[in-house]
Amino acid sequence: MSDAKLLTPKTSIHTQSPRTKRRNAAETRFKVFGMIAISIGLLMLVALMGTILSKGIGAFQQSFITMEVELLEAKLDKKGNRNLSDIKKVTTFGYTPLIKNAFAKAVKDQGIETDLKTKDMAKMLSKSAAAQLRNVVIDNPQKIGQTIKFRFLANSRIDGYLKGRVSRESIANDKNVSVAQLDFADQLLKAGVLKKTFNIDFIIGADASDQRPEAAGIGVAMMGSLFMMLVVLGLSLPIGVAASIYLEEFAPKNWITDVIEVNISNLAAVPSIVFGILGLAVFINYMHLPQSAPLVGGLVLTLMTLPTIIISTRASLKSVPPSIRDAALGVGASKMQSVFHHVLPLAAPGILTGTIIGLGQALGETAPLLLIGMIGFIASNMPTTIGEGLLSPNSAMPAQIYEWAKRADPAFYERAWGGIIILLVFLVSMNTLAVILRRRFERRW
Amino acid sequence: MYVKLTASALAIAAVSTTAFARDQVQIAGSSTVLPYASIVAEAFGENFDFPTPVVESGGSSAGLKRFCDGVGENTIDVANASRKVKEKEIKKCAENGVTDIIEVKIGYDGIVFANDINGNGFSYTPTDWFLALSDKVMVDGELVANPNKTWADVNVNFPAQDIQAFVPGTKHGTREVFEDKVILEGCEATGAFEHILASAEGDTAKARKKAAEKACIALRTDGRSVDIDGDYTETLARIDSNKDGIGVFGLAFYENNTDKLQVATMSGIVPSTESIASGEYPVSRPLFFYVKKAHIGVIPGLKEYAEFFVAEEIAGPDGPLAEYGLVADPELENTQSSVADEAILGSNM
Repeated sequence: MSDAKLLTPKTSIHTQSPRTKRRNAAETRFKVFGMIAISIGLLMLVALMGTILSKGIGAFQQSFITMEVELLEAKLDKKGNRNLSDIKKVTTFGYTPLIKNAFAKAVKDQGIETDLKTKDMAKMLSKSAAAQLRNVVIDNPQKIGQTIKFRFLANSRIDGYLKGRVSRESIANDKNVSVAQLDFADQLLKAGVLKKTFNIDFIIGADASDQRPEAAGIGVAMMGSLFMMLVVLGLSLPIGVAASIYLEEFAPKNWITDVIEVNISNLAAVPSIVFGILGLAVFINYMHLPQSAPLVGGLVLTLMTLPTIIISTRASLKSVPPSIRDAALGVGASKMQSVFHHVLPLAAPGILTGTIIGLGQALGETAPLLLIGMIGFIASNMPTTIGEGLLSPNSAMPAQIYEWAKRADPAFYERAWGGIIILLVFLVSMNTLAVILRRRFERRW
Repeated sequence: MYVKLTASALAIAAVSTTAFARDQVQIAGSSTVLPYASIVAEAFGENFDFPTPVVESGGSSAGLKRFCDGVGENTIDVANASRKVKEKEIKKCAENGVTDIIEVKIGYDGIVFANDINGNGFSYTPTDWFLALSDKVMVDGELVANPNKTWADVNVNFPAQDIQAFVPGTKHGTREVFEDKVILEGCEATGAFEHILASAEGDTAKARKKAAEKACIALRTDGRSVDIDGDYTETLARIDSNKDGIGVFGLAFYENNTDKLQVATMSGIVPSTESIASGEYPVSRPLFFYVKKAHIGVIPGLKEYAEFFVAEEIAGPDGPLAEYGLVADPELENTQSSVADEAILGSNM
């Protein structure tokens, strides 16, 4: 009977032994730790997104002052012959008095009473107003002599007052704005002359100098980024895919290919600023490509993106099972036919995903652009042709954000956050596209 | 499709290599001059048929280094500097073929000392800064490592606030002015200069004086003086997170951030464009830009840009630059005529 005694469990399986208890407790602890880690991560994400949105959303709105301006012939076209070269001789300084008088008249017409001097009133307008007026006149010389309705930007301090960034207390030592001007802004607001509305120019406009943050936009920098991405896509995708197909499918496995493989992995880990130095030395100093051009930026970022694309392409080529190749070869396809007709289409979703992620990285890259002159005050016009887009000086979105973040006027800071929102929208949509492509087309074996 | 894309991209690259003519002025240099240069560049682009010049920053020394890289379209046309170009740099320029340089003085800029708006107010003298930040100070006639920990140690009239200063890094022109007009002054005033000079090494009196000056301006390295290599926004952020911090700023930057900063007086004078113009406020320096003469006529709009910059309506006392914080140069007319004549550096000395 001693055998039977051994087989009977000492305790019931319904009561846990101390050892089991310890094991279960360890598992519960681990789960809790995991959940804490995830919640910390989520909390950080929410905090980050919250900060970005709360600080940047203001950039999409701007304060405008509407008024009717009489385009005096005596000031703008003294000879009266509408000769464009004569009209162009009147600089923006010649337009400022027109705006000043128009503002004073608009205030009078609205029946707003104020002790503010006309000079101080005009200071509430953006410095871009004169340029805006001059551009309209140069584009339409026939309008000289007429009275036209204009919507001018209010200057950054007044705009900040409407957005709550500037208050009567905070301007105590400020020489650029007075309490009287803020009082006057309240009156204008009441009369409907001053209005805060959605500002499309922030999304499509060009950068502006330190004196007129209210006029700065990210649009031109966006085009710079777009053209760089075109170069990156056009060069790194074909080169990267061709290189990986050769390495993966055709190249003999020997020490040379091993060295190449190791070096590609090494290249992927090289800090991006190194590519910037290389770009300066090779593309600008040796090949004499223009400075600050998206073409050079694109070439530099291509170098940076290539390893990422090669590595992801090789991984997706590897994941196509050898049976596919064998079957193709078995029915008489050549090696090249088997690769291009069967392996490559099956690997395509993985390749595209890798490419999009590589592009996303390149889109957010700033450091290499510093050395090739794409960071600075670059207020080009919107490019009209592909050649111009590639060669005329331009910035890029992250470079523009960096540039804004370091300027003195706090109004630029708000724009930097606004720029981050736009950049994030691009990055998130690119990553979403990558996920969708993978989900829809990827085949698993 | 891939082949076509590659081919077209390569074709564009090839075309631009062989025949690319730059049609915009390319500028780099001092981050103090950057706002002024971008204001001028913007107005220049608006009022002329030339494209808006590209203005990069990076510091006076970095800008002049790029300026001296050589002549040609792949080098910059204008270097902004918050100090005068050095002999050494002119020599370096000449070695690379950049011989004819036009110096343009645009005006003056004040350097101010400011701390958090809610912090203690200060009224400094150069001596206070020397005692607070120098590597070695005089104690009982002996030169010892700086023992001062709080501002009260420096000057009994100051509050017992920890010494924590954020000064511009050595690649900035501002640093040099800070050293020359504040630290060196303090060094001489406390008698440390003579003490150092007495034991300085060198063959000539001039060399000894130079060595002593160099020893004078060495700042302490125990973390109480922090070099800021970035822009003033970085200094502002440091002060924001460390309320004891005191930063060195340009006057224009301070005037844009009066809601966060309070400015200290220097030798009893409040910094302002007026007190700097009159010369009462001691810590100011001229701002310059340098034009490569060889590029005039090659790069369209270069001379026009230089002339536009120093025009009365831009750099004059009522112009937009003065409004932003530049102290107009009373001798602007001389500068205008020297730009018009393309007078090169060295010809009038």
